[in-house]
Amino acid sequence: MGMTIAEKILADKGGRASVSPGDLLFANVDRILGTDVTCSLSIQVFNEMGATKVHDPDKLVLVNDHFVPAKDIKAAQLSKNMREFAAAQGVENYFEVGRSGICHAILPDKGFVEPGFLIVGADSHTCTHGAIGALATGIGSTDMSAAWALGELWFRVPETIRIEITGTLQPFVGPKDIIIHIIGKLGVEGALYKVLEFHGPVIDSMSMDGRFTISNMAIEAGAKSGIMAADDITLDYLRSVGIDRPQPFDSDPDAVYSDTITFDISQLKPQVAKPYLPSNAVDAESVIGTHLDQVVIGSCTNGRMEDFQMAANVLGDRSVHPHTRLLIIPSSQDIYLELINSGLASIFVKAGATITPPTCGPCIGGHMGVLAENEVGLYTTNRNFVGRNGHPDSKVYLSGPAVAAASAVAGEICLPD
Amino acid sequence: MEGRVFKYGDNVDTDVIIPARYCTGFTVAELAPHALEDLDATFVERVKPGDIIVAGRNFGCGSSRENAPIAIKGAGVACVIASSFARIFYRNSINIGLPILECEEAVAGIEDGEQVRINLDDGTIENMSRSGKWQAAPFPEGIQEIIRMGGLAEYVKRRLADDS
Ligand code: SF4
Repeated sequence: MGMTIAEKILADKGGRASVSPGDLLFANVDRILGTDVTCSLSIQVFNEMGATKVHDPDKLVLVNDHFVPAKDIKAAQLSKNMREFAAAQGVENYFEVGRSGICHAILPDKGFVEPGFLIVGADSHTCTHGAIGALATGIGSTDMSAAWALGELWFRVPETIRIEITGTLQPFVGPKDIIIHIIGKLGVEGALYKVLEFHGPVIDSMSMDGRFTISNMAIEAGAKSGIMAADDITLDYLRSVGIDRPQPFDSDPDAVYSDTITFDISQLKPQVAKPYLPSNAVDAESVIGTHLDQVVIGSCTNGRMEDFQMAANVLGDRSVHPHTRLLIIPSSQDIYLELINSGLASIFVKAGATITPPTCGPCIGGHMGVLAENEVGLYTTNRNFVGRNGHPDSKVYLSGPAVAAASAVAGEICLPD
Repeated sequence: MEGRVFKYGDNVDTDVIIPARYCTGFTVAELAPHALEDLDATFVERVKPGDIIVAGRNFGCGSSRENAPIAIKGAGVACVIASSFARIFYRNSINIGLPILECEEAVAGIEDGEQVRINLDDGTIENMSRSGKWQAAPFPEGIQEIIRMGGLAEYVKRRLADDS
């Protein structure tokens, strides 16, 4: 019987000829991602396990991103714990403030992700790396300690839902609108315990930046990962990050899916997800006029060059509305530099935006842009749960960069034109 | 075990279980006083050791933060019964030894404030405030083994000891 991409990877890493959904197995992991917010607990549990040496230091990638530059003493201690652990264990892939960025930008851009890899990360948006054809999934801190100690971890082989995306995109409709729309249809638990595997002509012609946006939000439908088969666009990208001989593969023609769903997006209009669920998808035009205190363009969902190019195109030489704050968050130090070199940074600064260091910041309500009581934001991030971005009585709408930039100028939700 | 029920709805996410503003801490002492703060501000005052959370679908969705089950367990909750769990929360709970049971029928038949008795060995759930008895779905065999050993940390500890 044929296998899906996820099944092939788990069979390969688990040392089996084949696997089926529901099987439980231990499998070798290729990368183990940890961040400042999840590592300290893992280090404690690692010690409690009686472990002294990580199984293979080269598998570990440790990234400072959530609460950095340290927002307070406790946050500083979290980074310090991770820094000392990396040094003690000989972990070379440790990313310090100023040479870092959001983990899900760092991992692929630094060449840590290859098709066929099994990647775990103590961060739920690890599913982002499925865009390269890896099986990448979020885990907790104890899971991470176990993976550090053993180099492998237990997995339940998931079922896969095949998503076909067809049609031609309307102006100002992009990958974020597509994935908000899909999550709206599936619901926040529509893919629970399952993998979403994305196919179709819209994906085939999409840039890597756009593909990352789509895979990133697979978790918002409850999915274990959001996978895409590697193609020429993937291979070009991989070459650009120094991976010359990747091993791409696709699902077998007779692979079994729990469901196949086709989305024709030709009629799709710009989307927003209303508070307090990423699945509250509506046409942006239905909430036009919603007052905005803050607009955020960035995060592991939409903090790449294509996103900022789109935002700058929409902004033009206009300014941010006097009662609104616009935060621009490049997702890595490299992208920060590109913003400067391409001239986009001046467009944002002249418009009255604040460019922050590459960090999670307001996306997790951690620091640099937390919302006050009753404030309303429009963010290009991926979650808008109660209290996610600040005060529990604040509200966040989610959108793509085009709607976000236009709305920052208007001071209220509006459509780009 | 037997305890009083705190009942909540669908999609209780990790941001309301333990908001990021408290996630610079990772110990029980730092997290437990803020369990469910953004969902039910009085939960921590009212909960007693041995009490039970009953909730709808997709409990624990969102972030991978293990701080969430640690906060709930630390607040005294003995078990979470839900119609379904988000997958990372499911793993984390098993790993840290917070008992969880999936049983949609029990969730439908139990209300806030009722008294519930649970047998974790056979997965039975009984409403002591009025009639109703249900059987939760058993864990897959490999997961039962991890639970029997006392969680993933204990499992790894034994494997490391066996290898050396
Ligand atoms: S940018 Fe937001 S969603 Fe992405 S890793 Fe950081 S906190 Fe998580």
